This record gives sequence, C-alpha cells and structure tokens, in this order.
Amino acid sequence: MKKIIVVGNGMVGYKFCEKFINLTKDNAFKLIVFGEEPRPAYDRVHLSEFFENRNAKALEMAPIEWYESNNIDLITNTRVVSIHNSSKTIETIHGETYEYDYLVLATGSSAFVPPIKGVEKDGVFVYRTIEDLEDTLAYAETLKKNKNGIIKAAVLGGGLLGLEAAKAVKDMGFEPHVVEFAPKLMPRQLDSRGSKVLKEKIESLGIHVHLSKATNKILGEDFITGMEFGEYDKINVDMLVISAGIRPRDELAKTCNLETGTRGGITVNNKMQTSDPNIYAIGEVALYNEMIYGLVAPGYEMAEVAVNQIIGNEDAVMGEDIDMSTKLKLIGVDVASYGEPFMPVEKGYSIIYENKTKNLYKRINISHDGKKLLGGILIGDASDYNMFHQIYLNSLPIPEDAEELILGSRGKEGSSLGSVMDIPDAAQVCSCESITKGDICSAITEGGCNNLGDVITKTKATSGCGGCKPMVVDLVNETLKSMGKSVKVTLCEHFNYNRQELYDLIKVNKVENYNEALSLFGKGFGCEICKPTIASIFASINMETANKQVAIQDTNDRFLANIQRNGTYSVVPRIPGGEITPDKLITIGQIGKKYDLYTKITGGQRIDLFGAQLHELPKIWKELIDAGFESGHAYGKSLRTVKSCVGSTWCRYGMHESVTFAIEIENRYRGLRSPHKFKGGVSGCIRECAEARGKDFGLIAVEGGWNLYICGNGGATPRHAVLFAEQLDNETAIKYLDRFLMFYIRTAGPLVRTAPWLDKLDGGLEYVKEVVIEDSLGIAEQLEQEMQELVDKYQCEWKQAIEDPNMKKRFKHFINSEDTDDSLVFVPMRGQKMPKPW
Amino acid sequence: MQNLIDQYQTVSKNNVKTWFKVGKTDDFPVNSGACIKYKTKQVAVFNFTVNNKWYACQNLCPHKMEMVLSLGLIGDKEGIPKVACPLHKKNFSLEDGSNINGDDLKIAIYPVKIENENVYIGFED
Repeated sequence: MKKIIVVGNGMVGYKFCEKFINLTKDNAFKLIVFGEEPRPAYDRVHLSEFFENRNAKALEMAPIEWYESNNIDLITNTRVVSIHNSSKTIETIHGETYEYDYLVLATGSSAFVPPIKGVEKDGVFVYRTIEDLEDTLAYAETLKKNKNGIIKAAVLGGGLLGLEAAKAVKDMGFEPHVVEFAPKLMPRQLDSRGSKVLKEKIESLGIHVHLSKATNKILGEDFITGMEFGEYDKINVDMLVISAGIRPRDELAKTCNLETGTRGGITVNNKMQTSDPNIYAIGEVALYNEMIYGLVAPGYEMAEVAVNQIIGNEDAVMGEDIDMSTKLKLIGVDVASYGEPFMPVEKGYSIIYENKTKNLYKRINISHDGKKLLGGILIGDASDYNMFHQIYLNSLPIPEDAEELILGSRGKEGSSLGSVMDIPDAAQVCSCESITKGDICSAITEGGCNNLGDVITKTKATSGCGGCKPMVVDLVNETLKSMGKSVKVTLCEHFNYNRQELYDLIKVNKVENYNEALSLFGKGFGCEICKPTIASIFASINMETANKQVAIQDTNDRFLANIQRNGTYSVVPRIPGGEITPDKLITIGQIGKKYDLYTKITGGQRIDLFGAQLHELPKIWKELIDAGFESGHAYGKSLRTVKSCVGSTWCRYGMHESVTFAIEIENRYRGLRSPHKFKGGVSGCIRECAEARGKDFGLIAVEGGWNLYICGNGGATPRHAVLFAEQLDNETAIKYLDRFLMFYIRTAGPLVRTAPWLDKLDGGLEYVKEVVIEDSLGIAEQLEQEMQELVDKYQCEWKQAIEDPNMKKRFKHFINSEDTDDSLVFVPMRGQKMPKPW
Repeated sequence: MQNLIDQYQTVSKNNVKTWFKVGKTDDFPVNSGACIKYKTKQVAVFNFTVNNKWYACQNLCPHKMEMVLSLGLIGDKEGIPKVACPLHKKNFSLEDGSNINGDDLKIAIYPVKIENENVYIGFED
C-alpha cells in the first residue's frame, strides 16, 4: 500500500481528501493528513459568519468522524517542519518522522502583515483563522467594557476580505474605517468607476473609507490609539484588523530545495507537480502560470488534478486559462466580476451603465466584431451574473445590439439574455463542484430526480458557495417542464394543495378547525408553514381571532405580540391614521416608564414599546385597553396602519380631509387577516406626504375626489403603487377597496404581498380592473358581502384574551414556577435599554 | 454564554436519576409547547396530541442562544417530530435533537413520562 501525506487541512486540503475518496475504490493508498490548526478544515469563505453565531462547528467542511470513517488519519495541532526528499520523509514539530510515497503540499497562505512601525502593539489583529477572530472578539469585549462613547475600528486593506472584515467590526457595534493604499476599493476586481459606486454605497451604510493612504506608523504606547499616514494626516482608532493580502506558506519548499517564485509560492506544472515529481502543491501555496490563485474554485480544481495524477489518470491536467470570475454579497451589496473586467482598447470596447440614485453599475466588455462577451462588472444588482458568466465561458451568441444585455430589449417581450436551456450541456454551472448543465439535466431525465432537492443531493451542485443556485433552480424547473412534468407549487409536505385551493376547500366544506383540515386534506402532524397559513385562511373566512386556535398560530400571533431578538416582546397599540390625543400619548408614556420598555416611533405613525416579558403582556394590555386603546395587530399578517398626512383640516394646500378618511379606512379593515401584512396611505393632495404610493393601497386627493392606487410597498423590493381608478367619491373608493382586498385575500399565495401577487396574476392590472370595476366575473357583490361580514365580526383580540382567564393562562414563562426568565440581560443605550449582545 | 449551553446534555431513559414532576397533563397546551424550570435549566415540553406523544428538549436555541424553543411551532418532517425555532425557523428533530435544515447545530433531548396524568421529565442530576 502506498502512502500519501497531505500537509495542510484547509478547504483545498479537505477537497483533496474528498476527491480522493470519490475517485479511489480499492485500498491501494493510505492517506495521512496534517493540520496545523486545532480543528479540522473549515469554510474560510464564510468566516465572517463566525462573528454572528460564534459556532465554529457550523463552519466545518466535514466533522472529525468523517475522516475516521473514510480511513483517513487526520493529525491536527501538528505542523510539519521539514521535508527530506532523499529519504522521502517528513518531520513534524514534535520530532516525529513519517514516510511518504507521494507528498501533497496544501499549506495555503498566511495573512500578509506589512512592515509598519508599531504593528506589534496590542489591538492590532489579522483576519485569517478562527483563532484570529477569537482574539479580535476578546479584545473587542474589553474595549466595550472600558471605553465609553463611540469605539472606532480600522481595517487595513480594501480588498474582498478587508470589506468582509469591515462588516464584522461594524456588527460588533464599532465605527468601521477602511484604509486602502490604492486609490480604489477592490483594486484587483473592479475598475475605478465601479469602485466609486461601491464606495458610495458602503459609505451610505456607515462604513468610512480612506483611499490612497500609505500607513507609516501605528500610534499609541502599549496599545493602538491611531494610525498615521503623513505628518498631519492621522486618524484615531481603538483597534486595527489587517487584511492586506496573503503570502503563500512556502517555507517547507526551502527545506528541500523545491523551486519557488521570486515573490513566493511553490512552482508547479499543469499536473500540479513541483520540481520534485513525487511532491505536489495545490491551492494558495501553488504558483501556476506564475500566478497565485486566491479563490476556492481553482484550488478545488487543482486538488482534483493532483488526485488524478497520483492515482494514474494522467490526462487530467490544469487548463491554461483559470476562470477568476467571482460573485459575492459584500455588506449586503452585490458585487460580481467575470472574465476580463478591465478592457484594454486594443481588445474590444465597453458599454457602461451607471445609476447613481440606485447605486447601480454595470459594465460589459465586447470584442471588436461585437460578437463575443469578454468580461464585465456588476455592482448593486448581480442577478444576471450567472447568465453573463455562462455567455462569457461558452462564447454564446449575444444580441446584435450588445447594449440590450444590460439595458434590456426595449419594446420587446422577454429577456435579451435568452433562456437557461440555450447554454451548452458542457457548460459548467457550479464551479465549486465542477457540475455542468448536462449533469443537472440528466440527473432529472435519466437519474430519476424529481425536484430541486433530489438534484442537489445527487450532484452536489450549489453545495459550495451557493452562487449558482438561481440558475440551478431555473434548469431544474425548465427540464421538468420540458418532460411534461408539472412544477406544482404545494403548500408543504403535509398538504398537496396551494393556498387558494385550500381556501376554497375549507370554505366549501365548512371545515371548522386545523385538525379537521389536516385529517380531511392533509397528512402527518403539520409544520410551521401549513399551520400559520391555514390559521390565516380561517381568520379570512370566519374573522376568528388568534385566540381560537392558539396552537397553529405563528409565535407572534400566539402571544399577540412581536417576538424580539432576546425572546421578549414588543407592544403596539392601534393609533388609527396616526392621530392621538395628548392624554393617550401620556398614557403610553406612563406605561412605557412603569414597565421599563424601550420606546420608539414606528414607520407607520404609531408607537412601539419593546422588551416586555410574556407575563407582563396581559398587564400592559389591561392598562392600554382601560385607556381606550386596542390591538394594533403589528404581530399579524393583517392590516397594519393607514398612514395619513394632516390634510385639509390644517394644511394650507390640503384638498380633502385625509386624516378623517384614513381613520375610517383603518377602523374598517383593522384585524383583517390576509396572506401577508398590508398597509395603506391617504394623502390630502398630490404632494403625497403620506407616501400612499408606497403602500398596498393608497388614496391621493385630487380635484373631484380620490385617485386610488394599488399594489405598492416599501421594504427590500420597493414598488410604487399603480393608478387603479380616478376621482372616486368616498363611498366608491371603499367599495373598490373592499372588492380588491377580498379578491387578493382569496387568490394570493402564502406570504405574497400585493405587488408580487399582481406580477404573477395572469392579465395583471387590467384583469384586476375588469374584476373589481367592471365585475367581469360577476362576483363583485359577493366580495363586498364577505368583506362586510368580516368588518361586522371584528373584535379586539387582546380584550378577548385578558377577559378570559383560560386564554390568559398562556402568558407565562414557566408552567411549573412563578419565576421569570433569568437569562435576560439588558444594557443601557441613550437613556433607554436594549438586549445585551452576546 | 458558552457555559449556558454546556449544562444541556441529552439524557437517555436508561440514565435517568431523577424523574422530576413538572405538572398535570392539563397544565400543558395541546399540540404545542411550554417551558418548565429544573434547577438552573429551562426545558421545553411538547404535547403532540395527534399521535399522543410527549417530547422535551432544551429551551435554548443553539443558533442565537435565546430561550425560545418552547414558543416554536411543532410538526413533522417526513414523519420525524420537530420544533421550528420562532426566531429564524431552524428545525430540530425531537427524536435525536439534530438540526433538520442541515446545519451542524444540535439540541439536548430529555425523556418524558406520563403517570396518573402527571408529567415527569428525566434528568441525570
């Protein structure tokens, strides 16, 4: 049996083991792996997640048992210090010697620390390993304890990892400063213009950016207090994280005279062999084509080549061109770059689209003959990345007018990017796992897969970085469709129906509760998807409150309050139209004070009180109800608020009484449960101070009545509501609203707001107008009647809950004790409190 | 915060030293969960009336370290009884405590015994 020793247990070292297990079936080789870190290989790409959950295990590529069960000896905490290639042995730091037949060096790289004066001071860290992060976090904790006011933390390096690190220090609650030597961010991936768009975007998120700064000194006595760039140019910081690039860990090569590059890295050929044919090098330590590749995908490819070479598949070699395309979400901003992102004029020309109001930047580089996409950059919205990447990789045809690629084909239906089915079978879709389009499609046509989950399990596509997921989803759906299999959207594994079908089934069969629905139309015990959906259906049909079927309510509805980060709740009384008397305002203030609640004005013109414990909720609500308040349903998928401007009663521009009408509408639809939350707005003139067009329904006063707008929203995908009808009187406006809302409640999918509902509806806006205004289906009267019944049956569910001792019972932390949850810890913030970040 | 989670270790029926009475079956809500206290531990107890079974697990969600699992919705994933954390909908098996969404998180499970309409949870301490 031949022995293979792998030095290094990082992502690439692990991938070598995985490929080795998959490609060898006999016991011709024994694999021994040395890792210097205390834990098995982990996912360094997602290192910043460690800041969020402190869970090192979740990042592991495979648990330690995986190595055991595959007969791999994994020796952690052990650095290999020398190679003796004459005797084919290696020596560890503990003085032990091991023999090898083949040696694979996957030692990776270390963080590059520039030789700056004072870099050894306390409070200066690198961003590379879990241990680095733990040290950084520990220092951050002491800073927080000992320092009042704003704590500033700098990140040296504005590249990919540097920006990740900036997000991490921002999440710690510090004021982040990114310091970059080059005149732009991400200098290796982005052009100056794109870089500027990214800079403006991340600055708007509270990250300070300092470009063209050469740091010549770290200030402070024992610990860092600032950074000096020039004589009069310095910033004060309390901590510094260095992320200024990587240096290959090639020191082992020097112990046995392997050829290395002048700037580091072990030279390899296209078989991944070093100058000693029995020694291979892969990943960030390997210098291939005189380049170090700091991305995961080329590293994985190198691992596969090395495995094949060692087991005798000599045809498997590394390609000439390495694809350095990359797409990621940095601090919540999409950034992608593929092919040749910069374009020298002799090779082709560029088309650039920039939209400063939306922080969008798109660049495509086209060959001189206009036939090939050579590369490009996307910032702000990278949803088309996969398609661009495939067009580039496979030299797919592009539209005659190449600008259609980024601007869309105006005046024509459909996307100018073409269908995913147009790309060739050999095209690589998932580059982390080397899965082609053909692999994915044949998993369905020949491999017996019937859905996305099957395909992922069988091919491992999307299991690396996950960037290819949208394309894999499209491929799976298109392939299923082409085979005549319907892609049925059902609620969950317990119900083989969609929401609209269940709505009709429950209504027609007069089903009374969830258990009955489950036994009639479903199977199993249910789950967190079907229970709240069906609860909402019952509420929309019978106007039953969340007190009736408590066990199927989402946690917020179950306790009639919004659960917050630390398991406490928030309280939002209804303030219709945002109108409140000074007396009521004082009551809210007194209650907030009495129960020590964090108090904030919401975006919907009401007041949110945070930090209430379960047992306090009924007491707080008793006081609120006694003062004339009622539930605001801020916790429900239901009407939230109808926002108003002050209107013609006070405003010198106002045309109609917007507050009066907003209150009337809010009181009409209060407590109405629906597929998702919905909001309204009423503005007294076209200046639109109530932002009614950012709501699911909006009314704007015009000469002769109200203009009605529908299907808008704010949030992650903002949409303006579209004009539905003009110059309506109050009565007609309410009639149309009744019909429109009821039609939406009947037909929308679970958790689908009005805007995406309208997008998916066959016939779109015109169809809704036909149904609601022209009554094309002959159901208008029925819709109005159903709505009126729901309006008549309204009751405040908080009043109901506190008046019934049985219902009140559930507001208690422990069943067997009167104690309250002692794990809750709050810290002060600007004169109020907040949950302690842990 | 780490020691908060360290006190929760799965207890198998064979190793129970204390059967701690936590209340009458009627004290617990049907088809959902409630929280009980044993020494410094918080344990979530679930009453599945559909198959007439009881389950118990730590109340602490290991994802964000909050005392919330008893408030989550219960159900099953392909027949395995589970609870969905109310904060981020991580699903945990109530049979072995594993995370059904695939992350490497795990929760501790405790045996439940019903005798004369009393509910007992088994502990090793």
